[in-house]
This record gives sequence, structure tokens and C-alpha cells, in this order.
Amino acid sequence: MSEHKPASSSPTEAPSQDEQIGVVHNPWRDLRAFTAARIGLGRAGISLPTARLLEFQLAHAQAKDAVHWPLDVEALSGRLTEALATDAPIQLHSQASDRTIYLQRPDLGRLLDDTSQERLEAQGRSEGSQVDLALVMVDGLSARAIESHAVEFIEALHAELDADEHDWQCAPLTIVEQGRVAIGDEVGEALNARAVLVLIGERPGLSSPDSLGLYLTWAPRRGVSDAERNCISNVCPEGLKINAAAGRALYLLREARRLELSGVKLKDRSEDDVIEHDDNGPGNFLTS
Amino acid sequence: MQPNHPTVDLTGIAASIFDGLLYGNGDAVIGINPATDNVAQSVKLMRMLDEVIRKYKIPTQSCVLTHVTNTLEAIEQGAPVDLVFQSIGGTEATNRGFGFGLAELAEARDAALSLKRGSVGNNVMYFETGQGSSLSADAHHGLDQQTCEARAYAVARQFKPLLVNTVVGFIGPEYLFDGKEIIRAGLEDHFCGKLLGVPMGCDVCYTNHAEADQNDMDNLLTLLGVAGCNFVMGIPGSDDIMLNYQTTSFHDALYARRALGLKPAPEFDEWLTRMEIVRDGDSHRLA
Repeated sequence: MSEHKPASSSPTEAPSQDEQIGVVHNPWRDLRAFTAARIGLGRAGISLPTARLLEFQLAHAQAKDAVHWPLDVEALSGRLTEALATDAPIQLHSQASDRTIYLQRPDLGRLLDDTSQERLEAQGRSEGSQVDLALVMVDGLSARAIESHAVEFIEALHAELDADEHDWQCAPLTIVEQGRVAIGDEVGEALNARAVLVLIGERPGLSSPDSLGLYLTWAPRRGVSDAERNCISNVCPEGLKINAAAGRALYLLREARRLELSGVKLKDRSEDDVIEHDDNGPGNFLTS
Repeated sequence: MQPNHPTVDLTGIAASIFDGLLYGNGDAVIGINPATDNVAQSVKLMRMLDEVIRKYKIPTQSCVLTHVTNTLEAIEQGAPVDLVFQSIGGTEATNRGFGFGLAELAEARDAALSLKRGSVGNNVMYFETGQGSSLSADAHHGLDQQTCEARAYAVARQFKPLLVNTVVGFIGPEYLFDGKEIIRAGLEDHFCGKLLGVPMGCDVCYTNHAEADQNDMDNLLTLLGVAGCNFVMGIPGSDDIMLNYQTTSFHDALYARRALGLKPAPEFDEWLTRMEIVRDGDSHRLA
């Protein structure tokens, strides 16, 4: 960390010119092999070097683009039908007519529009009896998350459900545009489902524009409080892996079914998942 | 300092802690948001932070930002809890939406006090707040956002917190639309915190669906620094890779110290000098 002798850095950087203009590199930047966090950025005086500032601004622009990326419902529907060999998902839309209204009016994103309600009521009537689970795909703040991971996740979850001792009866799949988490309550209620699992695009971060959130609600109905939900977040290749997320979802579903509730009172006691030591790193190297 | 990691990878978290300490951050608290509400995961993080703080004798405290009922369980399991965390709001219905009542906060505070881990004082609670939380839970009873927020500080004050943090721009544009509204709300929260006598700090932040950018955050950081804000957040390069939002960076804290003539907490300042992280006792002159 000497001002006078900056450590040499990776070949992708050009320290020689930086050094001339007073940029100090951090030798611990190599630790980025273990995290996507922006560590070891170096400094010019006490501030960010220009190259790191520009990287940040590019990432911010890309994340903002991801918010406005529209969900390709037809393509997703086609892929789901093919992958799962089921009927096409029911296509639904919230009362937020476009993205600008969606961003300004979260209340409208929680309610189905008239056409969607009619479509679901017809479905619910034809089904009649109660089912165990409704899976609802919602674009949320990142349609790319749904486009990238929903099919794979549902396949993984179906594999888990099939292997379970309980014979899980599932409602038809649904896709909701311009929706928020709570819209799953209305969908689950209309489909006469004991539990609803909402797959929703989480708000894009600078380092993860396509991360999926999963929200489980037992006995879905309009007006459910958020304290009655269990959440699994950061499902994406860089975060919680698809198969691990499916395993965790099954755990929560089984517990919700056993206890007949979800939320704060359903504690996640599934297998501990702190990564202490794997092929990628030495664990907490600060003390070991 | 908030060294978050999306999969709670201890190597990655250690890397961010290392970065933060070498940039002179972390005097108020080192706090981690776990990726899930799993109690075992939180306990592991509590132990990890405790080990790091003890090994390097860092004059700071740790917090794992999990639900108050999880922290209670962790304490019962013997976990080293410095600070009990909870998001709080300014109406009973908001807090019910967060899944707790005042009795749970009192119980958790008693449990944390029973560990007798504090070196100075009896401040074992860390609360987060933010305008709009009541409205988003439909628990505002027609009150405006700022009034609900000020009421949350009254909840906080009752439990003698070490830190109260308004996470001002986290909630999104439905509640604070753009950089200007976030700046105004940050200053309002700071003002109400001072009036109510709670140890307010500010998570100077925004999300990627709000009309705001890092320039707005530079402005709010400077304004709050001038106004005597108690603490701000430090995250590697402003990018929280777990919560997917942007807040102030380790570099930003150094800027605020230099521009406004501020210093870290005295014992932490001494530690930085002793560890040769800063030179000549000057807390913005990194070694």
C-alpha cells in the first residue's frame, strides 16, 4: 500500500500510466476471485480512479435498462410448454398498464385487470377442487430474471415435488405482466390453491441484472400481510443456484403444509448453507 | 460497514471486510444482511464477525441483520450477539407487517443485555427505518410518510438503540421518486432524529428503478455531513451485491472526513494508526 511503490496488478490493467498520474493500486484486488463486490478499486488521492468510476457508470446504465426490458410472454410460454409438456400458461396482466405507471403505482401492480380476473375465474370454476400449489411467474423489476431462470427453476422444482412423498397437485401455470409479489395472492385464491409460490424478477443490481426472488404464501387471499410470506432471494448463477433454490422451496412448502402457515412463524431450518470452505476459497482467511 | 455477499460466502465477506478496514471504515458497526432468514446461517455469520473483531481487537461491534425473533433464537443457542437488529415502522400495523410487536423487541433487548458484551453503555439495538414503509404495508392510517417515519423514531427511542439508520432511498420510486425527493427525505429524517434524540445515521442510497444516481448521493452525503449526521454506510465501490442497491462507498467516507474535517470514532482512529492503516494519526492519509 505504499504511495511510492504500487504493487503490480493484473495484465488487464495498465498501471504504468496510472502510476504516473498518481493512482494507487491495491494488491488485494486479486481477492475479487472470491466476490463480485467492488473491492481493491485503488485510489487517486482518497477517491476512485477514473477507470473504476466509468465502470460503475456503465453498470448503472445497464441496470436501468434491465428495469425497462419488457417480458416476452409468448416466447416464455412456448419454452415452458415445451420443457414441461403441459398446457400453455395462463397469461395475466396487472392493473398497471405500462412500466411508468407500474413504477409509480405499486398498488396497481398488486391487482389483476378485469380480463385477467375473468380468465382466472373461468379456470377456477372448471378446476373445481382445491390444489396444493400455484406457481406464478411475475416480471417484477427484471423481466430478464424470469426469461433467464423461470423455466429451469420450475423444472428443478417439479423434480423435487415428484420425488416427495406427498403427491403434489399443481394449478395451471400463470404468467403476470407488470406485477408485484402480492398479485400472487389473488391468483392463488382464484385458482383455489392451498399455497402460492411467486417467481418474480428482483430489482436489478449493478452486478446482477437477472436475479430471481421466490415468495411462498400459505392460504393465499387478497390482503395477506407480508409477515405471512417466506422469501428466497438472489436466485441466479452468481447467487443462490437454481437447484439449491428448488430444494429450499420444497423444504418451505413441506413445512408450510405441515404447519398450515407461512411467514415469520415458519422458520427456515433447512440445511445450513453458509459457504465456509469450497473449491473457490479458503473461508474466512482473516482468522484462519 | 456492510460487507454483504449474495450467497453468504465467508471468503467473499472476509474480502470485503478486509477492503473496508484498509480504507479506514467500520468504526460504528460491521453489519451483514444474510441472504435468507435461516437461523443457522445467521449464527455462523455472528461467530465469524466475532472472531474477526476479537482477533484484530477492532474497537467496533457486529450485527447480523436478521429478524428479531431469529436473533432471539441465536442468543438462546449461545451466539455472540453485539446488536439486535430490526426494521421498524411508525404504526402498530406496520410493525405487525414486519412480524413483531414491542414485546418482542423488549424481550430481545433483555436477552442481548444478559450477554453483557458491551464495553460502554447498554445500547444493544440497531434499528432500520425509512419513509414509505407504512404506506407500502397499507398501515399508514392516512398519515403522511414523514409523520409515520418520525413515529418510528419514538419506537426506537424506547429501546435505547446504539444506531438508528434511515435507509432513505431503498424503498424505491413509488415513495421517493427521484434524487431530489431522496435528498429531501434524508434531511427530514436527520432533522426528526435530532429532535427526538435518537442516534440517527443515514443509508444514503438509491435503487436502479429510481431516477437518481451517484451524484445525488454525493450531494446528500455532503449535506448530511454538514448537518452533523452520526454515521453513514460503507460498501465496496457503492455496490451492494446482495441487496442490489447503491449506497455510499468506503471512498465516500474518506471524502466526507477530508472535506468536512471529520474523524472516525476516537478509539477506532487510534486502532487505524496502531495497525498502520493510516499514517501520522491523520485518518484520511492511508498508509
